[in-house]
Parts: sequence; C-alpha cells; structure tokens
Amino acid sequence: MANLSASLEVATATHSGMVRSHNEDSIAADAEMGLAVLADGMGGYNAGEVASGIAVELVLTEMKKALAGKAPDELTGKEIERLLSEQAAKANGAIYQAAQSRPQYSGMGTTLVIALWHDNRLSVGHIGDSRLYRLRGDALEQITRDHSLLQEQIDSGMISKEQARYAPNKNLVTRAVGIDPEVEAEVHTYPVQPGDIYLLCSDGLPDMVTDEEIQLTLSSLKANLPLAAEQLVQQANDNGGRDNISVILVRVLKDFPARTGWLEKLKSWF
Amino acid sequence: MSKLILSLEGSVIREIPLNKERITIGRKPQNDIQIENLAVSGEHARIMTILNDSFLEDLGSTNGTLVNGNPIKKYILQDNDVIEIGKYKLKYFAAAPAAQTTTRTPAEDMDKTMVLRAPAGARTQAAPAGPAAPAAAAPPKPAAAPSLAAIQILNGPGAGRELELTKNLTTLGKPGVQVAVITRRPQGYFIAHVEGKHFPVVNGKTLDVQAHPLNDHDVIELAGVKMGFFLKTK
Repeated sequence: MANLSASLEVATATHSGMVRSHNEDSIAADAEMGLAVLADGMGGYNAGEVASGIAVELVLTEMKKALAGKAPDELTGKEIERLLSEQAAKANGAIYQAAQSRPQYSGMGTTLVIALWHDNRLSVGHIGDSRLYRLRGDALEQITRDHSLLQEQIDSGMISKEQARYAPNKNLVTRAVGIDPEVEAEVHTYPVQPGDIYLLCSDGLPDMVTDEEIQLTLSSLKANLPLAAEQLVQQANDNGGRDNISVILVRVLKDFPARTGWLEKLKSWF
Repeated sequence: MSKLILSLEGSVIREIPLNKERITIGRKPQNDIQIENLAVSGEHARIMTILNDSFLEDLGSTNGTLVNGNPIKKYILQDNDVIEIGKYKLKYFAAAPAAQTTTRTPAEDMDKTMVLRAPAGARTQAAPAGPAAPAAAAPPKPAAAPSLAAIQILNGPGAGRELELTKNLTTLGKPGVQVAVITRRPQGYFIAHVEGKHFPVVNGKTLDVQAHPLNDHDVIELAGVKMGFFLKTK
C-alpha cells in the first residue's frame, strides 16, 4: 500500500450546528492511505447517525482491505474508480439491509463523498449533496455536482443560481445511499498539483457560508489547516448553523507518483 | 397550504386548494380542474405539489400555458403568479410563510436533508414523508456585523498607516514568518495565530492557540510591529 502521509496534510472539523441536537454527519480521513470519507445521514431519531456511521466505517475498512498489499502502481485509474463505486454500492446494501430489518431505522439514508488520492491524481465518488471543492492558487472550484432537486432545476434552466440561494427546497436530494436496493455513485478522476487544497463538506457549510467566504477563508488561512477547518465551522454557526457542519481539508504537500523507477530514485538523491 | 383561484374575465369562479400531489387541468371530465372551453386541451397542464413547492407543467397543449404572460413548459410556481389557460386565469397563492419571529421549528425542518425519489412509476414523491413545513426557508442571513474597526500601525516605517477591517477575515504579518488573523464575528473581533514560531502579543501578553477577543485600544505586536486596534463609531 502506498504511504502518502508525507504528501498529504489533513485537518477535520465537525459540529452539530446551532439548531440540531444530534450530529448526523460522519467523517474519516487517513493521510497514509490518501483517503477521505464524509457522509451526511438522514432519518428519524438517531437513524441518520447510524446510516452515515455505517457508510464511513464500511468504506474505511473495505478500502483498507482492498489496498493492503497492493503496490501503488498495481491499480490503474479505472480500477480505482471501480473500487470507489463498489464501496458505495456495499455501503448502500448494508444500510438498506439495516433499514429493512429494524423498524426504527426504516427510511434512513445518507449522502456520501469518497476521495482517494493516488498517483498524482484524485478520484472522487459521490452520492447526494455533500461536496468536494478544490482551492488551486486562489481559485475555489466546486468539483462535485449535487444530486439534488435544486441542481436539477438549475441545470434545466428553471431557476438561476442566484434564485437557488434563496430556494426553499434546498434539502431535497435525488440520490442517497441506503434508500433503494441499488444506487450508483458518480465517480471522476482529476489531476492533482502540489499546493492544492481539497475541501469535503456536508451541505451545512455551503448553505450557511457563500463560496466567496469559503474561498477567502481557505486562501487566508491555508498556512494553518486546522484553524481553517475550525474557522469554516465557526462561520457557518455564526450565520445561523441550521444544520450539522462537517469539513475535511486535505492539502497536497508534494507529488506522489505511483511509479518510482530508477530515474525518479536518482532524482530524489539530489 | 397553497391554493389557486380560478377566474374568468375578472370574476372568481372557485378556489382550488393544492392538497394533492398531482392536480390536472384540462377540458376532459377526468381532470381535477375541468375547464369546458374549446381553447383548452383535453389534458392541458398539471401541477405537482411536493411539500410546499408546486411545479406547473404544460402537457403539450394546443394553445399553450402562460405564466405572467410568458409561455412555459415547466415552471416552479411562486406566490402571486398568474397562470393563463385560454381565457381563464389561475392565480397562485403560496402557503403562508411561517412568521420569522416565532419558533423556528418549521423552518428547521426545511434544512434537514431528505431524499426525493422517483420510483418506477416516475411518480415524484418526497420520502421519508416529513411533516408539511411552510415554504419559509429564510435565506441565510449575514450575521449582524459588529461596529467597524481598524488597525493602525504604531511604530516603524509604516507608522500611522491604517487598515480598515472590512472583511470577515483579515490576515496580518509576513507569510512564512509570522501571520495572525483577525476575524469579525457577530459577537465582536478576535485575533488568532495562523503560522510562524512566534505567537502574537496583545497588551504585552503572548497568546496561546485559542482565539483572543479584541477590545478597543488593544495593542497587538506581530513580527516586531506594534499595531493599535480601534473600534470606529458609525
């Protein structure tokens, strides 16, 4: 298994917000594996926490198993993408089963974002309206596209992005993990550059803090990742904190190519 | 609950509550809203209502459906919209928004993530069925900003220079050497250490990792530069 801990720096923060008593978000990040997972659960009582917890735990252990004993260059980009889809499908099956077998869990589900850094690239799989952003230089870009009613309305031209900010139906997702017997994750792979900062977040952040403010916070505080993570949560809470807020920040410190031939080894001596 | 008021040439015919997920409009009798007029198609339009949002869709009618004078195919209805079908008018009244001053419980539910499913029959439904909440998800309000403040440099070549704290975050210092950040929050201004071996000093005391509240006339020392923090009266 590749060890990316020298190439990636990770900081996380999660908070129940100012209104809710439960935190139904679950997060996990492992710099060594180059893996970050975030899930925003939904469902009555504590079922939301259960669903997001199952998803994150399962993805973390299954990915560890799948990558163990594999050389970094053993898996192609396509295989990594398939791996991410499989984990999302497994999580879906596990949550769906649990929801079917216990009445108190009926109807529970979760969003999911899985990000895996490998060979100077990032593969991300997502379901629902939790997001991945990238800060490159000073430009913030939203990488994932929400699976939500609102996004569909924006895409079909029914409403503008400006109207979307004030729309009442922000919270309706069109795809979720654990609700139906099967679900498909949207998986893409992007090239990574040293200096990039990646942000995984639940919708509690972008619903409360504008992209401009997120950009300002990340670019002002990029020297101190834990502070930046805390600051984002604090801003969401200062603006009302109406939902749970979770953030995972990952900074790319240096290259992490999978193939290290003699030339690369030679170069690294100088 | 949202409703429609059907009228013809200014006189009200009836009021239609949008109490069903799907309400159809057309000339044929099986429609929920039947309008017997040759300008109206047999199956003219339908309105899907999910919680408090209503979506109007023209079903390929011969003479079209107008909203506020514009032809539409699919449209999200907003309070006071006027739908025109032939000579008939349907005015849309959205469910009364929850009073903002009272309890926030209903609005909270609108922030809770829910799944919108389209099962095999392509029937749109919200699941799990939550309690109907008023469509009053207030846009995130920018938190009430405290009074304006500024930083004035007290020593060195830049002495006398002033920097107004107009953003929610202002960083001070030299990147790579020592940087601090001043955050503007509803409860006031705070300073925190960002990077560097040395932590900022406020009124002679070195800060720890915690953010420190700033008061009027506090003196900040950062990388050898002394700065005064001042609140400005508006």
